[in-house]
Amino acid sequence: MHHYTLSELSVALKNKIISSKELALHFLARIEKYDPDLNSFITITAEHARQQADIADEKYKKGTAGPLTGIPIAHKDIFCTKGIKTSCGSKMLDNFIAPYDASLVNALSQAGTVLLGKTNMDEFAMGSSNETSFYGPSKNPWDLTRVPGGSSGGSSAAVAARLVPVATGSDTGGSIRQPAALCNLTGLKPTYGRVSRYGMTAFASSLDQAGPLAQTAEDAALLMNVMAGFDEKDSTSINEPVPDYTHSLNDALQGLEIGLPKEYFSADLDPNIATCIETAVKQYERLGARINTISLPNCHLVVPLYHIIASAECSSNLARYDGIRYGYRCTNPLDLLDLYERTRGEGFGTEVKRRLLMGTYVLSAGYYDAYYVKAQKIRSLIIQEFKQAFQKVDILLGPSTPDTAFKLGDKNKDPISMYLSDIYTIAVNLAGLPALSIPAGFINGLPVGMQLIGPPFTEAKLLNTAHRYQQITDWHKKLPENYK
Amino acid sequence: MFDNGKRTIVDKDVVQWEPVIGLEVHVQLLTQSKLFSGAATAYGADPNTQACLIDLAFPGVLPVLNAEAVNMAIKFGLSIEADIPDCSIFARKNYFYPDLPKGYQISQYESPIVSRGRLDIVLENGQHKSVRITRAHLEEDAGKLLHEGLENMSCIDLNRAGVPLLEIVSEPDLASPKEAVVYLKTLHTLVRYLEICDGNLQEGSFRCDANVSVRKKDQQLGTRVEVKNLNSFRFVEKAIHYEIKRQIQILENGGRINQETRLYDSDKQETRPLRDKEDANDYRYFPDPDLRPVILTREHIETLRKTLPELPHKKNQRFQEDYGLSHYDASLLTSHWKLADYFESVVKHKVPAKLAANWIMGELSAALNKAGLNIEQSPLSPLRFATLLQRVADNTISNNIAKDIFEMLWATEKTVDEIIQTQDLQQVTDKTAIVQIIDAVLAANPQQLAEYRAGKDKLYGFFVGQIMKASNGKLNPQQLHNLLKEKLDACKE
Repeated sequence: MHHYTLSELSVALKNKIISSKELALHFLARIEKYDPDLNSFITITAEHARQQADIADEKYKKGTAGPLTGIPIAHKDIFCTKGIKTSCGSKMLDNFIAPYDASLVNALSQAGTVLLGKTNMDEFAMGSSNETSFYGPSKNPWDLTRVPGGSSGGSSAAVAARLVPVATGSDTGGSIRQPAALCNLTGLKPTYGRVSRYGMTAFASSLDQAGPLAQTAEDAALLMNVMAGFDEKDSTSINEPVPDYTHSLNDALQGLEIGLPKEYFSADLDPNIATCIETAVKQYERLGARINTISLPNCHLVVPLYHIIASAECSSNLARYDGIRYGYRCTNPLDLLDLYERTRGEGFGTEVKRRLLMGTYVLSAGYYDAYYVKAQKIRSLIIQEFKQAFQKVDILLGPSTPDTAFKLGDKNKDPISMYLSDIYTIAVNLAGLPALSIPAGFINGLPVGMQLIGPPFTEAKLLNTAHRYQQITDWHKKLPENYK
Repeated sequence: MFDNGKRTIVDKDVVQWEPVIGLEVHVQLLTQSKLFSGAATAYGADPNTQACLIDLAFPGVLPVLNAEAVNMAIKFGLSIEADIPDCSIFARKNYFYPDLPKGYQISQYESPIVSRGRLDIVLENGQHKSVRITRAHLEEDAGKLLHEGLENMSCIDLNRAGVPLLEIVSEPDLASPKEAVVYLKTLHTLVRYLEICDGNLQEGSFRCDANVSVRKKDQQLGTRVEVKNLNSFRFVEKAIHYEIKRQIQILENGGRINQETRLYDSDKQETRPLRDKEDANDYRYFPDPDLRPVILTREHIETLRKTLPELPHKKNQRFQEDYGLSHYDASLLTSHWKLADYFESVVKHKVPAKLAANWIMGELSAALNKAGLNIEQSPLSPLRFATLLQRVADNTISNNIAKDIFEMLWATEKTVDEIIQTQDLQQVTDKTAIVQIIDAVLAANPQQLAEYRAGKDKLYGFFVGQIMKASNGKLNPQQLHNLLKEKLDACKE
């Protein structure tokens, strides 16, 4: 049953071909079998899952079930889950049991999903390989010596190995799209403000956005129907009507104007990936889309820009982890300063500390204008650039990543090369736009991801564009050999 | 003169120096819930019972701005004729302290909700002064650390964390401790008129820090020192006074002023260093990405303007003009709008204004104080109180009798007229009756009468006393005076 997509499982449940309980037990068994190697879960909530599955089966009996009732799901460990450990991949929160559900967790739980566990992630979502996790890296099911991407690497590894049909992730600079690309999944980062951030542990507040990691665009659409929407608890969520994302999936792409940012096809890109994307572009032409080349002249600035803004915000967001109210506390502090220094020194990992230091630095008196203020100005410029591009085209298309999955340990000693793996995904977060990554081929047995970017609140169009592609291709149907 | 290197300060020196004072006042806004969470703000609850997950800064929680607090800040801005921007921004002030759960305070830095206002104050000599208000911004309060009675540990109460404050910052326009107090009292009255603060200094709803420096007349501003912990008007005056003297003494002795924060110790009546600039925090302010800029439309601001009450200085002026009261009387009566309302309710019942003012500020205030009551808790309604004063005004009873009745009114439900009737307290105004009593008293004291007539004028008071005693105080004093004078002086020549 793990070969089925969410939408297929939904039909099977509805037609009583399988029960929620059977489904939950099947996937829990797979987790038990495969996760010791993959390390994609931090917490497995087997008992909780069995209870939720029973409730789901009750709903099917009573006829009150919806499309997600009984669907097994895993949440990235960044989302607060009531009564369940929510570690954020950090020693700092290793002992933290969240006392409440994130709005997104609540919505998906109300919709009847069955939570199998919490997935591994880079510590506080800072990383692109899952290697900064306190719990050790998750592995890529396509090659266990390679990274699954990050920071939502646990979610992408788990779905890619079909330990769970769908999972949630969060994307601050590519943390959904990059792992989706590296693991052959469909991953959507919605428009900033589309999905509530309430209960999602903050990394960089102005960039963070939650979204689905799924097998298909259709599955992502089904999840978005529940995840999207205004939340009065999140002042940055936007009160914009939520369409039924499944309704427009089959719309024709006749006349769709697709733009290829020429800067995304420069020398940084693996030529084999370029070939995959070019093939996909031809397929879109056959679907009736028109192809244009456009320019995003300032996109070379986005990596440093991102690291100024994200680090500044995280240096403040992570100040609350002080050993006083919850989480890790050092033993026998001598005084208050010692408590702070040792708690944070021992509780945070290297990458987190690096970013806290960078963020503190760029906000400091005397540097603020040169870094933070300037970065905000360039951010406005990037937003403008996208606006201008979208006056010419409906959607931008390009690669999701410059390379396929890299080897564990290859980049984690060199932060700059690690940061560059997000070169194509970061601009979208800075501009608050929706974007998704879908499977577009393989190089040496490793998946290639293609990114589609749209103007704000065009998730339906993006999912439609992805879905039509997935109807004429079968990259997304491929499973890693050992997990079939 | 300088050989011992030290000089004691003398008044002559003080004259050469000019104090420069600016105040920062933290006004706790009277909202039901906190600035960014739904937790209650009531004072005195058990520790940490009014702190929700947002106040405790749990992972993933987010702030939602309290619209009522914004409206209160705008009303304050309008009442001091300040600028209210189209867009106001919240910023994070970053520092570590156990009473600050997030590791940052949500405050305002650029684009505060109120800027460039002014508050008119009336000095003791009757002179008006306009004090410029630089800005007023919204921010959340921190929690409280408790050390008392605890060994090797401290406890944290986060009930206060997130309570809305309006920080009101004046320009250094105040020239003396007394001016500072007048400014504070004027501000205190204003925020209570606007009903945005309960003004309770003991509970910390109205807190003041002072920035104090001194300079030689017409010279550049000196280094300023921030004085904290000024939780009564008296302490403000004393602390600033002490600080001015301290600074002058240092400067006179050739020293320099440290830019530092000092704490006022009310027991020792001195200020002492809290922290100096060396370990000053770099607060790393930046706009809070969890909160969108607050957009304020002109329509909304005008709607709020319409809800403004008559402001204290306007009411004060009107009381002087409409009721012929002195500035002093008017100031006292308008110090709280509820007191002013009470006065006007009494005067409405045709009671002479001056009589009402005297009685409200005299007997009534004293009795309320003694009972620990506010004016709105007065057991005496304006109507009953007005009836009593009417009887004084129309000479039915004397002022002294009225004081006795006032006490009875405090304790009973009876009306003024019932008491006068049943206790036969009506003032005797019948001339024949008064003359009869006078005659009887004079006849009973022939010796004193003789002495008086021989020129011992002091005995006049003795006769008044005897007559009042004989009449149970019911004679009209003026009438008695006229008739007694007439009688005594009749045979004097």
